[in-house]
Amino acid sequence: MSMNTMGRPTAPASVSAAAIETVSGSRGLLQHEDLLFEIGTPETTGVDLPKPKGLKSRLGGVARKVDTGLPGLSEPQAVRHYMRLSQRNYAIDLGLFPLGSCTMKHNPRLNEKMARLPGFGDIHPLQPQATVQGALQLIDELATWLKVLTNMPSVAMSPKAGAHGELCGMLAIRQALIARGEGETRKRVLVPESAHGTNPATAVQCGFIVDEIKADRRGRVDMADLKAKLEKSDDVAGIMLTNPNTCGLFETDIREIADLIHQAGGYFYCDGANFNAIVGRVRPGDLGVDAMHINLHKTFSTPHGGGGPGSGPTVFSEALAPYVPVPYVNKDEDGIYRLVEHVDGDASESFGRMVAFHGQMGMFVRALSYILSHGADGLKQAAEDAVLNANYIQARLKHVMSPAFDGYCMHEALFSDAFTADGIETIDIAKALIDEGYHPMTMYFPLVVHGAMLIEPTETESKAELDRFCDALESIARRAAQGDDTLKGAPYLAPAKRLDETRAARKPVLKWAPEDTSKVAAE
Amino acid sequence: MTTYYTKDHEWVRVEGDTGTVGITAYAAGQLGDVVYVELPETGAKIAKGADFAVVESVKAASDVYAPISGSILEANTALSDAPEKVNEAAESDAWFVRIQIADKGELDGLMDETAYTAYCEGL
Repeated sequence: MSMNTMGRPTAPASVSAAAIETVSGSRGLLQHEDLLFEIGTPETTGVDLPKPKGLKSRLGGVARKVDTGLPGLSEPQAVRHYMRLSQRNYAIDLGLFPLGSCTMKHNPRLNEKMARLPGFGDIHPLQPQATVQGALQLIDELATWLKVLTNMPSVAMSPKAGAHGELCGMLAIRQALIARGEGETRKRVLVPESAHGTNPATAVQCGFIVDEIKADRRGRVDMADLKAKLEKSDDVAGIMLTNPNTCGLFETDIREIADLIHQAGGYFYCDGANFNAIVGRVRPGDLGVDAMHINLHKTFSTPHGGGGPGSGPTVFSEALAPYVPVPYVNKDEDGIYRLVEHVDGDASESFGRMVAFHGQMGMFVRALSYILSHGADGLKQAAEDAVLNANYIQARLKHVMSPAFDGYCMHEALFSDAFTADGIETIDIAKALIDEGYHPMTMYFPLVVHGAMLIEPTETESKAELDRFCDALESIARRAAQGDDTLKGAPYLAPAKRLDETRAARKPVLKWAPEDTSKVAAE
Repeated sequence: MTTYYTKDHEWVRVEGDTGTVGITAYAAGQLGDVVYVELPETGAKIAKGADFAVVESVKAASDVYAPISGSILEANTALSDAPEKVNEAAESDAWFVRIQIADKGELDGLMDETAYTAYCEGL
């Protein structure tokens, strides 16, 4: 035979790999990485430029005389630094995100393609309107979809995020009260205790006083408490209510709540953060809502991974429509789209302007792409799938964990920590999830549930993926119920171990400083 | 010297016309590690049932309600630098404020230690 002497055994030998420490600090192909300040030094530089000749400083006497102390890095050093950090990231493109649509659901790539069309991506807000008719038409078409889906007659497209949309809605309510001559007397806004923190913050920002309504044992608005708060009603400006609420439950008394508020002379602001659970099935306009923002990232899949850019179009009822902010797009009889930009004419009662330009154009394109590619039936199915997925998780885990409330949930499954053994807390379960390869769920919110664990899988996930997640969480929950102390040290397998949140909050270190600062200080 | 308790987990220790106010050990335990305490200025007026201070833990920020009306004689500024005291000695060293009590009649309806302990056990 002709023998190839390069042969070698190719099956792995059975050697235990437990607790192997490495010299480099890297683990396998996951690279160890220091801070930029620790990699580079002020003495090194990634660029090698000749000193400019004959260049006169135009800085007068204020040119910097002391080194900045910033590290110098070469291009490959800088590239690798961020690449290595990105590999420690968790993303919706990597796996299930139990935080849900608050942070991210799948962003269809079609949206991205549309947003990059030059007619949408390369335009400037100060271009003559005749040259951006397509973009204005897109804003108008998206506005029409939002009005139809909510059955509301008017929409402000310019708010730049959900909380900004809340502000828009409450400013319109304030303007309406001023127009009625009750701007100074109607100051009280009712807010359920389970509300998003932005609700009371927005009310206060607009000069209102927050009056908290209790939740009942079903996790919904306590109607007796609400009625008591409305007994004296001549100071009531309105209510801010999320539906489905932050407990992941539909407010079944919402029609009665709307009627009570209207009888009291107030307006009904609905926080539309959870519209993704009901779009296509329920129209807020049919429920008596006067104003509601829509988070485009939650309901219409625009990207939100790093917290932005947000977009929070706000829909209005007939009663509040005259007060919507400028600018907005109108289609003339001759088919030309025009921006209404000033508080006069048809917009003479508008409360004014919230932003410099017209809103988040890039998000508008993505949202309309999502809407058109799904169609009315597809949007409805997405909402139903989101609710089905959450209920699947609740059903699979309710025997080992403690559902916070009885019955079916909407798009979020909420558990309390009642099932854990003494000493094991929600945070331990969240950290153990990291070892299993998942970002933790929302924890300790809403505040009305002890040790809350709020899981929103969204419609993005398949049954197979949900099962993988449930298997992992079920095993952690069993360990928590048995009082398995090893949970207290989790995560064990993550690049960073359990952080000391207490010390970080009590003694925050907000900037990096070199160990020896005497040199810089002396200069 | 008598100590009274509220359902919102504040305590007030009364000596003559002055009262020392803080949050209970039970509350501190529920809050988790306290990381920040915001206190009112000396001289400020506080009203029974209204919020007068904020206590912040890693989990959440909570308002602290006045168990009784009065004006602030002294705030325990040591808590700004050492919020951990609230976890260590909620009902002694980690008092929040001393107040000049406006109306001792307001003490009626507050709980004594036995009643408060029973109240917490029922939670």
